[in-house]
Amino acid sequence: MRVAVPVFPGSNCDHDALHACGTVMGWDTIPVWHQETHLPPNTDLVFVPGGFSYGDYLRCGAIAALAPIMADIKRHADNGGLVLGVCNGFQILCEAHLLPGALLRNESLRFIHRDVHLRVERADLPFTRAMAAGAVFQVPIAHAEGNFTLDPAELIDLEARGGVAFRYCSAAGGIGEDHVPNGAMNGIAGIVNAAGNVLGMMPHPERAVDPVLGPTGGLGVFRSLAEALGVA
Amino acid sequence: MKVRVSVQLKPGILDPQGKAVEQGLHGFGFEVEHVRIGRLIEMDVPGTDPADVKARALAMCEKLLVNPVMEKASIEVL
Repeated sequence: MRVAVPVFPGSNCDHDALHACGTVMGWDTIPVWHQETHLPPNTDLVFVPGGFSYGDYLRCGAIAALAPIMADIKRHADNGGLVLGVCNGFQILCEAHLLPGALLRNESLRFIHRDVHLRVERADLPFTRAMAAGAVFQVPIAHAEGNFTLDPAELIDLEARGGVAFRYCSAAGGIGEDHVPNGAMNGIAGIVNAAGNVLGMMPHPERAVDPVLGPTGGLGVFRSLAEALGVA
Repeated sequence: MKVRVSVQLKPGILDPQGKAVEQGLHGFGFEVEHVRIGRLIEMDVPGTDPADVKARALAMCEKLLVNPVMEKASIEVL
């Protein structure tokens, strides 16, 4: 099981990703500088980490989406390889057109950092298969631009094809505007591409995996990946 | 030639910055509504044919300067 973590100038969750995949899960996890043109051979998963790549210049993720390593990440995704983008990583995947939509400024205008509850909308994905459909788990968010937005017609298509992987919810799994921290359309916290191998999410599962540091609500995502790649 | 690209959020896209600035202006007693905040990009593009320069600026918008999910642009060749 080999994980590549692309590192951009301004990435600041790359070490969280390396810790979760490398230290906690025990996977072969390799940081890859954005100027590289190739992922390490036999990469199973690309984990695009959070942060403020290129200082969020122009739009969040817009400049990182043009980095040399992105061409090989697209090739990896086109070949069915797994790609997980968290927070700024999600923004980068949208700007790179690997996922639809865009992440706007939070409705409150504020940077929000707190724990949220997520409901699993798709339990048949490589990223969710160790969790049950409708299960609720707790993970932190930490972002200023997490307000997921999509053209209304495309939003209908996204929902119809089961493109929503995670939705913000109450601790009991209730859905509604009150539980959406950032104004995201339909309470969307994470989406998946049509092929099911590229997932982007604003919350940080990699920050909730190590009992030394706190709750471990994010482990479900990593256990799912382990199962999907046959290392469980 | 000098090119000015004005990038605005599409109508209907929530603009919390615009809303905050509008509230600030109301605080000063100004009567104002529908405040929207955008981005102005100025650049020098080599060439002498305005139509050709504009076409290249449009290509730049499509590739990088504008995210069509949330933004629209107008291009001015000066």
